[in-house]
Amino acid sequence: MASSEEDGSGNGSLEEKENGKKRSLGALATAWLIFYNIAMTAGWLVLGIAMARFYIQRGTHRGLFRSVQKILKFFQTFALLEVVHCAVGIVHTSVLVTGVQVSSRIFMVWFIAHSIKQIQNEESVILFLVVWTVTEITRYSFYTFNLLNHLPYFIKWARYNFFIILYPAGVVGELLTIYAALPYVKKTGMYSLRLPNKYNVSFDYYYFLIIVMFSYIPLFPQLYLHMLRQRRKVLHGEVIVEKDD
Amino acid sequence: MKHYEVEILDAKTREKLCFLDKVEPQATIAEIKNLFTKTHPQWYPARQSLRLDPKGRSLKDEDILQSLPVGTTATFYFRDLGAQISWVTVFLTEYAGPLLIYLLFYFRVPFLYGPRYDFTASRHAVVHLACACHSFHYIKRLLETLFVHRFSHGTMPLRNIFKNCTYYWGFAAWMAYYINHPLYTPPAYGDEQVKLALAVFLFCQLGNFSIHVALRNLRPAGSKTRKIPYPTRNPFTWLFLLVSCPNYTYEVGSWIGFTIMTQCLPVALFSLVGFVQMAIWAQGKHRSYLREFRDYPPLRSPIVPFLL
Repeated sequence: MASSEEDGSGNGSLEEKENGKKRSLGALATAWLIFYNIAMTAGWLVLGIAMARFYIQRGTHRGLFRSVQKILKFFQTFALLEVVHCAVGIVHTSVLVTGVQVSSRIFMVWFIAHSIKQIQNEESVILFLVVWTVTEITRYSFYTFNLLNHLPYFIKWARYNFFIILYPAGVVGELLTIYAALPYVKKTGMYSLRLPNKYNVSFDYYYFLIIVMFSYIPLFPQLYLHMLRQRRKVLHGEVIVEKDD
Repeated sequence: MKHYEVEILDAKTREKLCFLDKVEPQATIAEIKNLFTKTHPQWYPARQSLRLDPKGRSLKDEDILQSLPVGTTATFYFRDLGAQISWVTVFLTEYAGPLLIYLLFYFRVPFLYGPRYDFTASRHAVVHLACACHSFHYIKRLLETLFVHRFSHGTMPLRNIFKNCTYYWGFAAWMAYYINHPLYTPPAYGDEQVKLALAVFLFCQLGNFSIHVALRNLRPAGSKTRKIPYPTRNPFTWLFLLVSCPNYTYEVGSWIGFTIMTQCLPVALFSLVGFVQMAIWAQGKHRSYLREFRDYPPLRSPIVPFLL
């Protein structure tokens, strides 16, 4: 799921609701995270503006991906750092959850949109690009303000409400894009390994993509419901009794 | 002799579930669990967790009522552990699967490969050897489950059987498919590679078995005592000098041997995943040894001598 919405805890958030304890960060870590989040907010803003300008000037979405791909690739790939932040402990979110989310974004950008050029002009690509842009601008500015201890309510509101529409919309965009890519993958046999070979293994990218598409079925509801639970906790102060394992 | 009264409350809702009067002071938790089952038959003893504090740890079956910090009216909190299944059942099911599944691929049963390969045999000697080794490994595991292992716990949560079987059966099918495939490529260094791999495999199988026997002998039948394992006269057990869980060390070694023998990437991945899981278990076991025994040998590491 490429939505990048993870647990309610943000980057080094000091309004940690999880256990009510305040977590303090070193000055260096805080400074770095503020810089990182401002830079990412700016990056996605630039991407959003570039997309808007292209569409206003050309009146079409054809060629839009090609024109913004460098910015997209740079900032989305840079987000790999967020996994490091979790691993090092300056962000209190699970490495696994962050890893999965960043990986799914990297997958869409590099292994679908970049490698399968024929689908770059699909409308579904624009759909997920717009969704990602709005989501990331909201998310990174939320983290930035949180770190600065001045979080305007409307940013918090946006972060915990936009996803209700954006999340499903993004999933639709991603699934339609992968689906559109299938015929080209089958025709070229790209990223596939056939037998016989000395590793005695085979891999079929076409069937792999089909499995990926099916995996959205169990994964999406879980992540969506998790976000809904976080929303109720943060916005409405509901005390959620977690199911014991 | 004064009798105790026992009340059992739900740990989450604090609802009174059961009241037992005239309980013997020498009654064990196991006996109390049995009494509780009489009034709530759906909660058989294995799925009961009784504790003194709703958020505390579970009391042991062997604990005796009068030795607990309770008054003559004892309050226990109950948590339902969910449906349980015996360890023996889980082990037998999860090991029988790979044994049979691998053989289905080995004999090239219909619908696995193309129709022209149905019931044909591989022309590579190493493929027959691999089948023998894989089958031997899982037969050994089944026999150990029935005759060697002494389990600390009787049961585990039911959902584990689905998780575990997916893992074992899934990987078995994945590797068996490639090893027994008509287009299988034998090891690059030929017989030398296979011989070396077989030696590693057999050595580690013997080692693993030796450790299992040594661990069994540490613990008398029916008891749940825990002692520090030490090397015995069997040289394979000398690995205890360097490692807390040599059974896992030998197990990883066996699968490395099998990987080299078959030169099959899925086998390598299975070995890697198994190693990660066993390393986690070994770390846990090592830490509980350190906590329980003051005189635990300092030279030992959890699973890999000196390293991990």
